[in-house]
Amino acid sequence: MGERSKEGAGMKMVRVARNLEVYPRVHLLTWRREDNFLPGQVVKIALEEGEAPRIYSLCSGNGEEEMAVLFNVKEEGSLTPRMAALRPGDALLVSAPYGTFLGDEAPAWWIASGTGIAPFYSMFRSGLGGNKTLVHGVRYPGQFYFGEAFEREMGARYVRCATRGEGEHIFQGRVTAWLEKQEQFPADTRYYLCGNPLMVVEARDLLIAGGVPWEAIVAEIYF
Amino acid sequence: MKELLFGKTLSELREIVTAAGWPAYTASQMADWLYAKGVNSIEQMTNLPVKVRAALAERFETGVFPPSRVQTSVDGTRKYLFATASGKFIETAMIPEGDRVTVCVSSQVGCKMGCLFCMTGKQGFQGQLTAGEIVNQIRSIEEAGQVSNIVYMGMGEPFDNLEEVLRSLEILTAPWGYAMSPRRITVSTIGIIPAMRTFLQRSEAHLAVSLHTPFDEERRRLMPVQVAYPIREVVEEIRKWDFSHQRRVSFEYILFKGVNDTPRHVRELSRLLNGISCRINLIRYHPVPGTPLPGSDEETIALFKESLNNKGILTTIRASRGQDIYAACGLLSTRELMKNP
Repeated sequence: MGERSKEGAGMKMVRVARNLEVYPRVHLLTWRREDNFLPGQVVKIALEEGEAPRIYSLCSGNGEEEMAVLFNVKEEGSLTPRMAALRPGDALLVSAPYGTFLGDEAPAWWIASGTGIAPFYSMFRSGLGGNKTLVHGVRYPGQFYFGEAFEREMGARYVRCATRGEGEHIFQGRVTAWLEKQEQFPADTRYYLCGNPLMVVEARDLLIAGGVPWEAIVAEIYF
Repeated sequence: MKELLFGKTLSELREIVTAAGWPAYTASQMADWLYAKGVNSIEQMTNLPVKVRAALAERFETGVFPPSRVQTSVDGTRKYLFATASGKFIETAMIPEGDRVTVCVSSQVGCKMGCLFCMTGKQGFQGQLTAGEIVNQIRSIEEAGQVSNIVYMGMGEPFDNLEEVLRSLEILTAPWGYAMSPRRITVSTIGIIPAMRTFLQRSEAHLAVSLHTPFDEERRRLMPVQVAYPIREVVEEIRKWDFSHQRRVSFEYILFKGVNDTPRHVRELSRLLNGISCRINLIRYHPVPGTPLPGSDEETIALFKESLNNKGILTTIRASRGQDIYAACGLLSTRELMKNP
């Protein structure tokens, strides 16, 4: 087990296993799994004791040996440029997993933008992708993180939307434009939204306008 | 573009003065002109030497901006529209009530938090305001000299722009600034815990927390922030601070018919807030277009208030103001101006 940070607050030190730049300025950071968690949960991450941690969705299956987070490197950010520079063996402080944006076996639509795909990849890798529809919106086709795995197992239930660039089976436009084109949304289905604030609020409005009860929508916003 | 003086703290003004080699007291003189006397130009800072004013004018401008539009409600509430330095727009509400003049300021252009019931959230997030842009909302309205209370409850989540909000609070409360009592200022948050902790350490202003339901499942459907910062953890943090004297914590609670206005909610609120010296402000819901939540009726609101008071929680009902000009709680938005300024 990792040693507990003196700062407490549930943070403990772990060692980086891998730090992959999966797209320019987007990293997948992994470390050896020492905690159980529920797919969809988040962790707080900091690099130094006493600094304010930031929250990231876990981006790995709950049966896998490593835990991971997917993050954009924000040039003006105080944490992500340093996270991007981490090398295997370097230390980081991680909280116990927590949060209630949880996937389960029930039918659902997973709607994401950008790195908001992370909790859905965690759910997918935890075996919850069977009766789900995944809608992922990005700017460029290269940003369909884990796209091959989703396409292989979800087939037509994996919808890719890109605002720039073209590709086979890619909807040209925003997630919200794709939602607007749907004639109806399935009933008895839960709708999970994760990503940038504007996508989340606009998609939520479209779902509600399309007859989805607000109680059936659960959102996680990256801020 | 020249740097703006308005919004700088005394220590920042001292840095400018020191770097220029001017006497240290020049910084205090500048603060006095900017905040106490309220000048509109550097030229008006007449106790500064002409050479100093000329040198300042080369690099700086005052940075105070009048509102670009004012709307007045039938109840006297006013809604001001301000343009920001980045070409975006924010709204500010001025609410007169007897001897009190309360100004409800914005801290961001738009908001990232995406609460289901909030008009501001529907426009997404377009940028942070500077301390100067926050204080300018108080300084540049017609009622500037009469403001008795300030609430950070306009557009945006103040604790998502913490440093600028803290700087604005310093300017408003410091003797060299507006010298307002921090007890006349309330900062409202949906509960970003680390920033809330920093605010409680570094400011004396009152705290308000948007609660809206004590139940986890229900709150995360109304307020996505619940996933990251559950209300129980927010309340546990508040429990560590002393609110039994002059500093107050209040909880904002918008009532939605059949959603969060039941006896079950009263009981859970009582359990959640047990032992905290606080007040609950009940707020009538002002319908937001496209949002499927109905507001509670007056009878239910009154009963809810009475039930909470009977549980020993001081509970009040906030008067709805400025609804006809979309200045009421949760209705501020500059979404239309994002496309058609």
